[in-house]
Amino acid sequence: MGAKTERTSMWKFALLGVLGWVSVFLIPQPAEAEYADVVINNYADAAGMRPVVFPHWYHRIRFRCKVCHADLGFKFKAGGNKITMAKIIDGKFCGACHNGEISWSVENCAMCHSGIPGTPTHISGSTVQRLVAPAYKSLPQ
Amino acid sequence: MKKYFKGLTAAAALAVVLPVANANEAAPLVMSASTAVTSAELTGSVPEKLNVSKANVFNRLLKKIKDPNASPVDDGIHDTANDSVHALQPPKVAYEGLPKSEYGNHIDWVKALDDGFLNPRYDRVDPEVEPFVMDLDIVRPVKASVPDVVFPHKPHTQWLHCSNCHPKIFIPQRGANQINMSAIILGQKCGVCHGKVSFPPTTKSCKKCHSKPKPADWKPPLSQATVKNPWR
Repeated sequence: MGAKTERTSMWKFALLGVLGWVSVFLIPQPAEAEYADVVINNYADAAGMRPVVFPHWYHRIRFRCKVCHADLGFKFKAGGNKITMAKIIDGKFCGACHNGEISWSVENCAMCHSGIPGTPTHISGSTVQRLVAPAYKSLPQ
Repeated sequence: MKKYFKGLTAAAALAVVLPVANANEAAPLVMSASTAVTSAELTGSVPEKLNVSKANVFNRLLKKIKDPNASPVDDGIHDTANDSVHALQPPKVAYEGLPKSEYGNHIDWVKALDDGFLNPRYDRVDPEVEPFVMDLDIVRPVKASVPDVVFPHKPHTQWLHCSNCHPKIFIPQRGANQINMSAIILGQKCGVCHGKVSFPPTTKSCKKCHSKPKPADWKPPLSQATVKNPWR
């Protein structure tokens, strides 16, 4: 008798366990943006455009850091370059390649201006962001 | 989250209970100790309905990335109402075949370059330009007990130009650069890249930089509070 109830509760446990495991894979999991994706929203929101999402990984597969960060003058600071469309069409910053020659041209607005409106400028997955308690203030660069 | 934990505990129970049930028939002698535990669990020393407060969940501050290398469509920063987002390449497609790592993009970029899986340009237009690579290791002694830091110029110069780091971030002079982990985590010194783009400082990656073990007779220096402890 005792053994029987023990066994049924065991199976209840087992069933619960299996269901639990299955549900882990079925419910959609919150994802996180790719490490080092940069959201730039210095001026975009104010101009009625979506903020820019810059995928670092896509560019580093094709170019070494040196090309943008030494030759093109991109500072190592999200939002620190004050990039505007006027500079881009003058061939500066993104415009050095996104000119229809090395890469697609600037009329593809929404390829870059693709972020969720209102997202602040940041680098996704950065150490400062991942701190459990926020750092008092990021030190000046 | 709660479901996840339920699943975990229940699955753990399953893993424990099932072998016990089988072994019960086969080897009753060996089982006596563990059956005592399971029957105690089932007959009441553990209440049937758990009333553990939500404030006491297992690890309330541990943030885990559920889907590393999510596609732009469901990464949470791209606006899916924007049709162009669906034209963007998902990182997983691009990472096919690249050597893996446990942090950052979960790609070992330096190894990928060394093994010839990548051929990024060193010049904006000319794919033939060769990088100016310098193979020089700098050993930086560390005060604490962690291994000393060996900074390899080679992988850095494969990707970067001297002017990216010198002289603004690192003064190219022995002993001129005070570096500490707090500054790095807050995005200064090494942290200008490491923790933003290149592999981040995490518990798993400490030894990538802290790679030179202390000499066998090394002892951690005693703090002044210990040396001058009046109650010692």
